[in-house]
Amino acid sequence: MQLIFEKSRPGREGFKLPEIDIPIASDMPAKYCREQPASLPEVSELDVVRHFSNLSRLNFSVDTNFYPLGSCTMKYNPKFTEKVASLEGFSDLHPLLPQLLGGGMLAQGSLEVLYNIEKLLSEITGMSAFTTQPLAGAHGELTGVMLIAAYHKHNGEQRKHVIIPDSAHGTNPASAAIAGYKVVVIPTDKDGFLDLQAYKKALNQETAAVMLTCPDTLGLFNPKIKEIADLAHGVGALMYYDGANLNAILGKCRPGDIGFDVMHINLHKTFATPHGGGGPGAGPVGVCEKLVDFLPISRVIRRADGTFALDYRKHKSIGYIAPFYGNFGVILKAYAYILSLGKSGLVEASENAVLSANYCLERLKNYYAPAYGKSCMHECVLSAEKQLEQGVHALDIAKYLIDRGFHPPTIYFPMIVKEAMMVEPTETESKETLDAFIEAMIEAAVLAQTNPEVLHQAPLSMPIKRLDETKAAREPNLRWQSK
Amino acid sequence: MNYIPHTELEKKEMLKSIGVSGVDELFKHIPKELRPRSFNIPEGKSEFEVIEYLKLLSRKNATNLTNFVGGGFYDHYIPAAVDALAGRSEFYTAYTPYQPECSQGWLQAIYEYQTVICELTGLDVSNASLYDGGTALYEAAMMAVRLTGRKKIIVDSGVNLIYRTMLYAYTSNLSIEFIETPVVHGQACREDIYKHLDDQTAAVIVQNPNFFGAVDDFSDIVQQVHKYGALAIASVYPVSLGMLKPPAEMGMDIATGEGQSLGIPLSFGGPYLGFIAVKKEHMRQLPGRIVGATVDKDDKRGFVLTLQAREQHIRRERATSNICSNEALCALRALIYTSLLGKAGFQKLAKLNYQKAEFAKSALDKVSGVKVKRSAPTFNEFTVCLPKNADEVVCRMINKGFACGFPLGRFYKGLDNYLLVTVTEKRTKEEILQFANSLEAALCS
Amino acid sequence: MNIPENLLYTKDHEWVKIEGDRATIGITDFAQHSLGDITFIDLPKPGAKVEQSKWCATVESVKAASDVYAPLSGEVLEANTELTDHPELINKSAYDTGWFALIKIADLGEKSRLMNSVQYKEYVQGLSK
Repeated sequence: MQLIFEKSRPGREGFKLPEIDIPIASDMPAKYCREQPASLPEVSELDVVRHFSNLSRLNFSVDTNFYPLGSCTMKYNPKFTEKVASLEGFSDLHPLLPQLLGGGMLAQGSLEVLYNIEKLLSEITGMSAFTTQPLAGAHGELTGVMLIAAYHKHNGEQRKHVIIPDSAHGTNPASAAIAGYKVVVIPTDKDGFLDLQAYKKALNQETAAVMLTCPDTLGLFNPKIKEIADLAHGVGALMYYDGANLNAILGKCRPGDIGFDVMHINLHKTFATPHGGGGPGAGPVGVCEKLVDFLPISRVIRRADGTFALDYRKHKSIGYIAPFYGNFGVILKAYAYILSLGKSGLVEASENAVLSANYCLERLKNYYAPAYGKSCMHECVLSAEKQLEQGVHALDIAKYLIDRGFHPPTIYFPMIVKEAMMVEPTETESKETLDAFIEAMIEAAVLAQTNPEVLHQAPLSMPIKRLDETKAAREPNLRWQSK
Repeated sequence: MNYIPHTELEKKEMLKSIGVSGVDELFKHIPKELRPRSFNIPEGKSEFEVIEYLKLLSRKNATNLTNFVGGGFYDHYIPAAVDALAGRSEFYTAYTPYQPECSQGWLQAIYEYQTVICELTGLDVSNASLYDGGTALYEAAMMAVRLTGRKKIIVDSGVNLIYRTMLYAYTSNLSIEFIETPVVHGQACREDIYKHLDDQTAAVIVQNPNFFGAVDDFSDIVQQVHKYGALAIASVYPVSLGMLKPPAEMGMDIATGEGQSLGIPLSFGGPYLGFIAVKKEHMRQLPGRIVGATVDKDDKRGFVLTLQAREQHIRRERATSNICSNEALCALRALIYTSLLGKAGFQKLAKLNYQKAEFAKSALDKVSGVKVKRSAPTFNEFTVCLPKNADEVVCRMINKGFACGFPLGRFYKGLDNYLLVTVTEKRTKEEILQFANSLEAALCS
Repeated sequence: MNIPENLLYTKDHEWVKIEGDRATIGITDFAQHSLGDITFIDLPKPGAKVEQSKWCATVESVKAASDVYAPLSGEVLEANTELTDHPELINKSAYDTGWFALIKIADLGEKSRLMNSVQYKEYVQGLSK
């Protein structure tokens, strides 16, 4: 498809601005002005509408396709939450208004939303308090590690490293490293769990924190999680809970009860806000009692008269990690979702997510080797190792699934599983959708034996075939340029 | 409502196929002692009830005030087509385009967005977007530290205080030294910057227009910065780039900014759009997703995520940044917005903002006791000195229906009587005149 | 698998060619093959000091970034800047035009920690078992 720039015609306009109805002042002095205008497209409104409508149709999305992208929790995003976020009373509110009049009196509605969701998230996770400020999951991780650093610093301790399993999301070690910590990687044992021997050996007085995902990226709940937490606390380290997989355990167990000290939640995963082609997400961070004073500025508080205010006092705060109160529009959608599901709905969401994942695992385990164990939580990790014997990679199976109308599972993650395929069906997909997907996966396994070439050629039904990624990286072409 | 399609019968079939008697058995790995101590969440409500409740809350916000508040976040008009197109669920319910063949819509849109950012800033390479203007500035500072191997950064205090405090928070454990230089007569103080600039300096950070609204040409500073092998970083307001000298024309190495003004609602602080663009030679240190053009097996053009070896999912603790997502949907809005406005419209928009602000200056100049600061040219935002404490005046103006500006004393010591006033294209001639009249009245009483 | 006899090797699949007090270094054919199409290389700068078994370069492929360690300690005299624009040379000619850097050897005694071509061949065969 042509680029919007290639559709440009000199002199064409797509939007009318109001005429200037005021006396004209002298121009900006030339030395401050640009020499050439930016070459933005010159297109009509219909050109724009048709271009982006057609572009949108080149995407697989939850609303058009089954999207079992493991670890990303591509569940259905209820439509009414979009309506809520676009209510003008929320969408038109300037974030500096609370600064204008006595502690937030101009933003009572939004502050109440923030206050309430912080309370709900605390109850759901068993943490003492939350901040809604982090703008994404990885941003939450960074915030969490900064909180941990501030806590140790306050106690006069210079701890040097953070312990992270080799199965962790790449953001975990990256977040710890950019916050100034050395990363100590712990291998996974034969059952898919943190290698306890190696863990005990690595743990010492220099350990600032242990970052874990639970259930982990293999879709397994570690029954020894409490022991791991106790060991960390024994040397004065803090426990960080990567909430990427919180959607598996709503109402079944709470990170706070296990003994986690800090955690983030990906609202776009567990609480069904749209992923938006890669964002915006939201990554609220929860903490236990002893870390509350370190939370970022500002905090939403409830006054004795029932009104809400922002507390800018520093306490021992790590400072500002976002310009304001977080991705409010996303937080609002998550709040509406939680209110809609309620207690039973949240528990059912987890139960059915786990049910669907186990159903997929059970029906596929004879065709693809399960990475670990016979059951899973909300997602299952399969390996295309058997298929590799015929020269078929996880990538080939993924591409074949595209031709069958399914977005592929996450592939090649976790990195510790050879030819990994991580399937997360979510609770919102019907049994017939799961069955159709399973059939396609089985067909791919059969084709790997009988006619692997079909898999190597896939996809054939898309506007383009497989792309030359080496060329893209060797000769970066990262913007359009007029000839 | 739980959005779960499984019927009781289907659940039974699935459980039977798995070989367990009930759902509880699937959670048997969670030890009994780890079961929730409490889970006190209210029961679910209908869609209708939730919407009505949230409508009620939304009405408790004061969005009916005529808005003259900016401070880096602006009340611009958003064309209806932006909402309609970005609201297509084939966009908003997709995810990061890991599988390029079934994500060409998103990949092409991001490639087009990257082109827009390069066009606006004049720089060579843009990434797929970052969280917001503040985190973008932090990423730029860290790029400079990595590229120069130095740890001293000079920041002009005309840079938004919110962004400066974010920079300091993120780097508090990294032994990076920040030096703040003062604003003199509204603009960055050259003398002070040069005093601190040396061969240990990683970068100098400035903002255009600065927080007081003053416009500057930093070309002279950039020249000096480069003499010491340091990098020049500018945080810029994208709408102003319809008129003002872009960062590349000043010789900047990195430009960042908040893209909210490009078709993204104010929405109480987010989601917003951080943009970052750099000279080509710094491309490998750029954080976050980047989309590139390539060809498929039949030599047909297509788009992919590229230069991924910089990123956390591959390089883990050695990645250029921990960022995993971008603000794709906000970047899409900015792309649709700039496409609609187009080459001529975007210039007109900048002119309209500039002219309206100039008109407001002349109107406020006539209010007795009010002094408009004119030491440097401004774009659509300017500083006025009031005869009274600005906080007090702001309160009175709220009662008259105006959010009349941002009291600068909140961010800067000694500026208690100063107000930062913003005028976008949305403010009409009548509103501006009423604003001046009401201010006159507010100052008299 | 191409393993020239006149070179010495490390367990991390770097090769080194010693000529007097100078050494040319690069990665082996086995390494380039397992990395796949190399898309970018970050080379040490002339004048930099490198240490045996410590970082000296990074090579990137589409889906990986791998560190390369110096087979010997010394000072970098020259880096193969041709690779910056043509990283594919590493794939095409790992032992010749795909060389990484020329270094002035600091301690020739470190040679004893390297493998000769026979040992390296055995080592590589052992890996694939």
